[in-house]
Amino acid sequence: MKALRNFLDKVKPNFEEGGKLAMFRSVFDGFETFLFVPNATAKQGTHIHDCIDSKRVMSMVVIALIPALLFGIYNVGYQHYLVTGQDLSDVCGIVSFGLAAVLPKIVVSYVVGLGIEFVVAQWKKEEIQEGFLVSGMLIPMIVPVDCPLWMLAVATAFSVIFAKEVYGGTGMNIFNVALVTRAFLFFAYPTAMSGDEVWIATDPILGLGGDASVVDGMTGATALGQVAVAETGIATVTDAMGTPLTTMDMFIGLIPGSIGETSKLAILIGAVILLVSGIASWKTMISVFVGGAATAYLFNTIGASPVMNLPWYEHLLLGGFCLGAVFMATDPVTSARTECGKYVFGFLVGVVAILIRVLNPGFPEGMMLAILLMNLFAPLIDYFVVQANINRRLKRANKVK
Amino acid sequence: MLFSKKNKEVFVNPLSANNPVTVQVLGICSALAVTAQLKPAIVMGLSVTAILAVANVVMSLLRKTVPNRIRIIVQLVVVAALVTIVSNVLKAYVYDVSVQLSVYVGLIITNCILMGRLEAFALQNKPWDSFLDGVGNGLGYAIVLVIIAFFRELLGSGCLFGFQVIPECVYECGYVNNGLMLLAPMALILVACIIWFQRARNKDLQEK
Repeated sequence: MKALRNFLDKVKPNFEEGGKLAMFRSVFDGFETFLFVPNATAKQGTHIHDCIDSKRVMSMVVIALIPALLFGIYNVGYQHYLVTGQDLSDVCGIVSFGLAAVLPKIVVSYVVGLGIEFVVAQWKKEEIQEGFLVSGMLIPMIVPVDCPLWMLAVATAFSVIFAKEVYGGTGMNIFNVALVTRAFLFFAYPTAMSGDEVWIATDPILGLGGDASVVDGMTGATALGQVAVAETGIATVTDAMGTPLTTMDMFIGLIPGSIGETSKLAILIGAVILLVSGIASWKTMISVFVGGAATAYLFNTIGASPVMNLPWYEHLLLGGFCLGAVFMATDPVTSARTECGKYVFGFLVGVVAILIRVLNPGFPEGMMLAILLMNLFAPLIDYFVVQANINRRLKRANKVK
Repeated sequence: MLFSKKNKEVFVNPLSANNPVTVQVLGICSALAVTAQLKPAIVMGLSVTAILAVANVVMSLLRKTVPNRIRIIVQLVVVAALVTIVSNVLKAYVYDVSVQLSVYVGLIITNCILMGRLEAFALQNKPWDSFLDGVGNGLGYAIVLVIIAFFRELLGSGCLFGFQVIPECVYECGYVNNGLMLLAPMALILVACIIWFQRARNKDLQEK
């Protein structure tokens, strides 16, 4: 640790104004503050500092995302081996295929996003903003495995510039950057983002994954996709080979879907990390689930279509509901900031997500649109909570008078 | 006399420094609605230019006779008559474009640029000045429409004027047209980009 500090102090002058490498000042600054909590203290007023700055917060969220990501990598390989009829006990082959499919997406997302952040930071002579650490990890996790890399690059660039930098960078954005990326992909390239063919990698990647071709009778639709096209009664949800899925399968997550969203178990581990470290708000998280469950239960009692008939707990387990509730609805920048507002915000996210799923057959997955919509209303919710508080205290003050 | 310094300014200003769309932010609705392809965008731009120029001249001629209290009604009648003429001409000669433009030709009546120029310029100025102002503002509107439509058609359908310009081999390599470009939100973002670009270049337009 000491040696690293000494090394940083030694090379630092090169990066300062007039130094040889001044054009990389922001990059150096970014890495230095990433490795060590800055020693700077506030110049005026009374402040209490602890070591949790936003870089530490972001790193914690990234750590919490890792279980879901690792499981996603395994699942990508698993689905490929399943539909090509290969040996499912070949864990090494499965994982290497998964890595070959997922790693390039992570690299592209980080290179494009951080590249733009570095350029903007250098240009505006500001520090590099760390918000993209989490977004860059989330973006590959919320796209289908067959999403081409260039699309991912275009969408990431679009959302970093138009959803973040134009608003003033990290902490100023109205919408969740990762979800804007997904929304851009969804509306710009619908064929690569929805349907039955994009959720399972059927072709070998970089020679990995064996040379077996797809088995007959394979269906690549996600569970929600199957429910959305079912005609009447209660839909039977199957995996890619036609075996019916149990609720436990949905929880474990060896099913087709976006890379990081399938395993509720891995997301649960992430949620525990976030809650124990106190980084995400349990109020938002709980109320998203309550809102979703209540709405889904309401539709269960109506039961007019297969989507309405889908049991409420399966509604919560399928699709991106959990991933969105744990990692995206709780985004401290774009969700409501008042404690009371968090309940309202979360509850409405859950309600709107299920509403979109059930009532709009064009969007089998409603979580993305629900969170983006509520991002828009978060400041309004906060405004009313703050006003209510002011009014209550005014009333009390007047009584005393 | 015809192109005095003032007249030149009246004509040139709306093209850039005082553009009706990017600076005054008028006429946005039609800029979103008709710019998915170049051809309707150009026809729309020219229609607005023609209507605005003639309406400006007519209102400028009438400016001393029309009582102040009923001037809006008179403006509406003038514009509505011109719009009907243009709409019928389009139907007669470029039927396919007039189908694409559908209600938006009729809605030129409500275009804020028209009422804005009639109120702000034609009622105070001579016919020739008003004519230049009308043409200038119409072209300023048309330029923005064409820029937006160029990008939307190129990136959204890979075509320009309906002819495919992105070669087939690019599609074979996996390129896909950007469907978002065909939806109205992207037109709004493109307007924003043009405004951004223009303000970055032109210091006078930047707010303190």
